[in-house]
Amino acid sequence: MIAPLSAPPSAPSRADLPPEADLPAEAVERTSRLIRQHGSRSDALIEVLHQVQELYGYLPPGALAQVARELKLPLAQVFGVASFYHLFRLGAPTAHRCAVCLGTACFVKGGGELAARLERRLGLRLDDAAGNGTWALEHVSCLGACGQAPVLVVDGHLEPRLPVDDPAALDALLGALGLSANDASDAGTDARADGSGTGAR
Amino acid sequence: MQLRCCGASGCRSAGAEALRTALLSARDQLGGAAEAVSIKSVGCLRLCGRGPLVALDRPEPSGAEPACRTELYAELRPEQAADLLARATGRGDALAAQRLDSDHPFFALQKSVVLEGCGVVDPESIDDALSHGTYAQLRRVLLDVSPEQVREQVKRSGLRGRGGAGYPTGLKWDTVALQPPGPRYVVCNADEGDPGAFMDRSVLESDPHRLIEGLAIAAYAVGADQGFVYVRAEYPLAVERLRLALRQARSKGLLGAGIAGSGFHLRLEVRVGAGAYVCGEETALLASIQGQRGTPRPRPPFPAQAGLWGAPTLINNVETLASIPVILRQGGDWYAAIGTEGSKGTKVFALSGAVQRTGLVEVPMGTTLRTVVQTIGGGVPGGEGPDGGVKAVQTGGPSGGCIPAHLLDTPVDYESLRALGSMMGSGGLVVMGDSTSMPEVARHFMRFSVNESCGKCVPCRAGTVQLAQMLDRFVERRASLVDLERLEELCRMVGATSLCGLGQAAPNPVLSTLRYFRQEYQAACRDPVQCEPLDACLLKEGTR
Repeated sequence: MIAPLSAPPSAPSRADLPPEADLPAEAVERTSRLIRQHGSRSDALIEVLHQVQELYGYLPPGALAQVARELKLPLAQVFGVASFYHLFRLGAPTAHRCAVCLGTACFVKGGGELAARLERRLGLRLDDAAGNGTWALEHVSCLGACGQAPVLVVDGHLEPRLPVDDPAALDALLGALGLSANDASDAGTDARADGSGTGAR
Repeated sequence: MQLRCCGASGCRSAGAEALRTALLSARDQLGGAAEAVSIKSVGCLRLCGRGPLVALDRPEPSGAEPACRTELYAELRPEQAADLLARATGRGDALAAQRLDSDHPFFALQKSVVLEGCGVVDPESIDDALSHGTYAQLRRVLLDVSPEQVREQVKRSGLRGRGGAGYPTGLKWDTVALQPPGPRYVVCNADEGDPGAFMDRSVLESDPHRLIEGLAIAAYAVGADQGFVYVRAEYPLAVERLRLALRQARSKGLLGAGIAGSGFHLRLEVRVGAGAYVCGEETALLASIQGQRGTPRPRPPFPAQAGLWGAPTLINNVETLASIPVILRQGGDWYAAIGTEGSKGTKVFALSGAVQRTGLVEVPMGTTLRTVVQTIGGGVPGGEGPDGGVKAVQTGGPSGGCIPAHLLDTPVDYESLRALGSMMGSGGLVVMGDSTSMPEVARHFMRFSVNESCGKCVPCRAGTVQLAQMLDRFVERRASLVDLERLEELCRMVGATSLCGLGQAAPNPVLSTLRYFRQEYQAACRDPVQCEPLDACLLKEGTR
């Protein structure tokens, strides 16, 4: 459950930073434009990184280099900020992402069991960015939706009040949300579990 | 007739948008009397656990008192839109079962001061906010009241910082205002990161103009002409509404140069965090606003002396600033008459966890925990006994502690909670029932602190990891009595030697559960027979 402290995302060394030529020219141009919109002020770095991440889905090394140059900041500082904040991704994300809230209210209402169930169901590990190739599952510490606990965020959409106490209903709901392993054998077990669940109701 | 639809995050996730769309199209279809029903999007209507909520304001027959009657409906589905409109126009009452009793303690015991406009004003309309009196106090103080007089009222009110530490607000304002001449900044700390807290989010989403007014008054009182609102990125709706509100305020001349015809200028910007809990700590927050890693630095100098770009900087929490317009309208003495000797005014709580009614609760300071958790919240669903099945109440998030059921009669104020080894914190109250194991709760918070430690100082970076591993041994029932001693020793060390509040307070959840639920730790030892006293080791059933 704990993200390993000792293993920051693989840091690019200066030598293997790909030149911006590897990035789509249009995205490079848009990055320059948005930096100019912030008046090239170095205190806008976090805001710029948010927008660059929106552009690429993550922060590619070449884009970090471009941001550093155009904000006139050392690359080390840009990389230091990008790696400090949890919401910045330094690797390409999986196609689908799910976040399980482990805030206190969700924890009291079974968020931990929900996370464990999703790990089994999707065949992946919590907070492993690579996930199962299609899905990645991460934890969030509180979304402020405590009145709806326990909650999940599936591809950016908040799913409230998950029925953790009713495994059959939970499985059916998770299935309907598309939260199934892409591995054929796992999908088979899940389908059976879903089938018996809905049949029992 | 008016339908006020909650459009805050809680109700939205429960389908408030679909409901509102259905109401609008049902009104078009029905025509006739339904045309006269106005459908308004508002902020939080409090009982978040039963959303989506809609309030119906119905005028009473002429001469009756009160002239308008409000009914609140819960858990509405889009297909019930026509029924709701029928009720609004006085035909039918198909939704009686979903109507909430407005005399219920959940509503009746609340006192709305900070949340006065929450659920009443449309958060996306400055005209609506203006018609409810927002910005009236800003205009008044800019034209008629000196900064010293504003600070005097705030001091008289006895308002203390609502972010958790409870520093007297007026004193902080004086400190900033009395620094040597030069630039000053104001900052609103809206980086509400405590798990289980959603008060600030509700204010931002429900009544952003009140916050802007409070922040502008603060800027005037301390002589700042630039400010920032630092909001966590996990609150996209709050960010969106705040940005919209700032644009609207600028276009109305309520921000910018020469506000409301006075000589006062103020530029306000939103800064969005990027998911770092430690940025709620004020020096880390300042670093983050300047585009750096959010690591705290030692104090002094305090931000009031040297903050953003070295200039004196006033940092206040959302709820603190949202209290300011009311204090200036009603006077500091009016506010000071609410609450207790040392803790004045009201406090907003986010009530959640194993409790029947979850949502947003604003009560006078000094209200007992029992009133909040049992009378207002209804205790644990299906819970029995004098404490309503409540085992403990967690306050203050990862910096606070668990207060056991037998202390539920404690009044909620800064000093009482601190005396119990917890703290007010920002206002999250998470209720725990009998099935919650306290060593697991402690480990839950310690893992949170491990994740959120910024890594700058060793006691916090390494100590929290060690504490989490020791707690693993208790949760997995392979601890020894020596571990219990070591656990306490390490807690004291991390608390005493960490650089900032995060590390200093990280052991609190462990220490408070050790204080009140020690038998659970003893029973988790590999060989519970060694424990003293033996009978304390017998664990209630259901506790894992």
